[in-house]
Amino acid sequence: MRKTAADPKGVLEGSHFLDGDHAIAEGALAAGCRFFAGYPITPSTETAERFAERCPAAGGLFIQMEDEIASIAALIGGAWGGQKVMTVTSGPGLSLMMENLGLAVMTETPMVIADVQRAGPSTGLPTMPAQQDMMQIRWGSHGDYRIIALCPDSPQECFDLTVEAFNLSETYRVPVFIMADETVGHMHEKVVIPPAGDIEVVQRNWYEGPKKDYRPYQFTGKDVAPMVKAGDGYRFHITGLTHDERGYPHLTVDQNEKVVTHLIEKIDSNADNIIRLDESEVEGADVVVVSYGITSRIVSRAVQLAREAGIKTGSMRLITIWPFAEKRIEELAGKVKAIVVPEINYGQMVREVERSVAGKCRVVSVPHCGGAVHDPDVILDAIMEASK
Amino acid sequence: MSIEVNIEKFRAESPMADFLRMERMPHIWCPGCGIGTVVNSFAEAVKKSGIDMDKLAVISGIGCTGRVAGYVNFDSIHTTHGRAIPVATGLKLANPDLKVVVVSGDGDLTGIGGNHFIHAARRNMDIMVICVNNFTYGMTGGQVTPTTPQTANASTTPYGNYEYPFSLPFLADACGATYVARWTSLHARNITKSIREALNHKGFSFIEVIAPCTTLYQRRNRLGDGLDALEYYKEDAGVEKDVDTRDVGIDFQGDIAMGRFVQREKPTYYEAVNERYANVLGDDYQLYGMSKPEREEKAKREAEERAKVQALMEDEEAQMMAEDMGVDEEGL
Repeated sequence: MRKTAADPKGVLEGSHFLDGDHAIAEGALAAGCRFFAGYPITPSTETAERFAERCPAAGGLFIQMEDEIASIAALIGGAWGGQKVMTVTSGPGLSLMMENLGLAVMTETPMVIADVQRAGPSTGLPTMPAQQDMMQIRWGSHGDYRIIALCPDSPQECFDLTVEAFNLSETYRVPVFIMADETVGHMHEKVVIPPAGDIEVVQRNWYEGPKKDYRPYQFTGKDVAPMVKAGDGYRFHITGLTHDERGYPHLTVDQNEKVVTHLIEKIDSNADNIIRLDESEVEGADVVVVSYGITSRIVSRAVQLAREAGIKTGSMRLITIWPFAEKRIEELAGKVKAIVVPEINYGQMVREVERSVAGKCRVVSVPHCGGAVHDPDVILDAIMEASK
Repeated sequence: MSIEVNIEKFRAESPMADFLRMERMPHIWCPGCGIGTVVNSFAEAVKKSGIDMDKLAVISGIGCTGRVAGYVNFDSIHTTHGRAIPVATGLKLANPDLKVVVVSGDGDLTGIGGNHFIHAARRNMDIMVICVNNFTYGMTGGQVTPTTPQTANASTTPYGNYEYPFSLPFLADACGATYVARWTSLHARNITKSIREALNHKGFSFIEVIAPCTTLYQRRNRLGDGLDALEYYKEDAGVEKDVDTRDVGIDFQGDIAMGRFVQREKPTYYEAVNERYANVLGDDYQLYGMSKPEREEKAKREAEERAKVQALMEDEEAQMMAEDMGVDEEGL
């Protein structure tokens, strides 16, 4: 894995007043993304607009495709054409992307997909926030697979985590999601973009060796094979079919086990290196609130009120959603009375918490149907109730 | 009766060995299928054109023709159903030096992938699309497709097809394709010639090849085997010059109009992007690090190269006609 400073052409150094959507576009440019294919959808469109406006100066290309299916398909071509690639979408568009998310996973193609979540199902509340796609990205494409997902709670983090998403995507040759939401996407805050020299960028792991020996895959369950790009004489083949190291179809149960195990293990076995959490006063707490994204900012108020009321309350913010921080949650479960999980859905990540806790403490879900953030008092009530 | 096939000998002696992944032979296609002819013609065209094989990528969708990408010895991507064109679009735009060729079937390209087809044509995306049209979904067992002629029997129209079919050259033309041709799998030499022309064409080129699916379409419609299909093509397919693409629809076992229907010059998507950005943003604009003079120099070089190839093809054709190799103006 080769780390370098960012290409200054893509880095808009300085302090800015940006919304989260725009910060995602800036993060992509800073990370070296020079190919963006997208389709307009509220509340994510501003990312595409910003990239379209900024990319000529950075030497990149934006294309508005005919739909989200084509957008993610173009990313697969773009990545094997040698570029770092990204798209942005929201719920309905994300649903359309599920087919080729599978192809990207299967062909181990690096890409970044930002999902600025809105309330569903279906067209739902297009201009209002939700956190309802957390399970769709994990299970929405058919078959068994793993992806990585990061969840920003501010425009600044939209920038920072987009850079990190590209780095993880190149490291593990896997699609990486930025799970923003309408509120984070549309809120304006100060975003500091550091000088290019201070931004660490993982470059693609290009294969160097005899052309005839190139293998696009290795099924180690730990590391991924280096990549090549079309046009350099490697004559590679990649397919959505179960394949061997050469990328050729190999349609047997044994081979499928090798491939699928690898796709899962390359993420699971590196989970400790991938997972990032933001914990506050978790040690010695009676109640810990586990949250992510915009909800974490509401939680910080509720936790403050709970502490003022004398309840030993900790907070854990999931910056990495997938892989899930199951080890850390399990560890906590043995030490606290209860874990409270507010989220803007009817209980998605809370199931992961319950699974990890495995009965060792109470788990309290604080659901929300979407369209707004929680009222801090609702979370406070749940903390009070859980502390009894 | 079983036929002994010496695969090793075939692999060693095939004139197409450079163009195919011989380690993947034998292929999955049925006896009498037309896809092999198209692959052979494609290989022949690449060979004759003398283009750098390292700079050519082949993208397929799903289905029988979708397997082409897996057998040809180029950078190749076997994508999901219908999505070959957007993957090809991404590849071409990310790496504009490549020649990108999509080879797929009628169901894949114009059914599930129809939206991508029309938009790539509209954009004049600089890719070639070869559609092997056998009027059926072969891999899944002979279902009706958007090109199946009315009354033809398919497994999902067991009482005969009642839908109106697409005429693909008309569709491509109407959507903005700048090169459109149609042949049948009997006319291998014409397919080769068309592919060479399309390789040398700048913009969205579309070649339809009418081909038999012996196992499903032919058998289900009691049309005989592969040879019977070729007899039908010989009898009822003819070159039509200066024909309007509105008039080239195909009825069940009816006449097949063939030929190069469209060939026109229009800036490609990539050229349009560059021109627009350069006009508005000035000389400082660089795409993938290429300056305006570099882009212009490259465009000039490529135009000269295309003209040279065009002249060469015309010379060859004249020579073939002079030598009376049974080749007329249309290469028949």
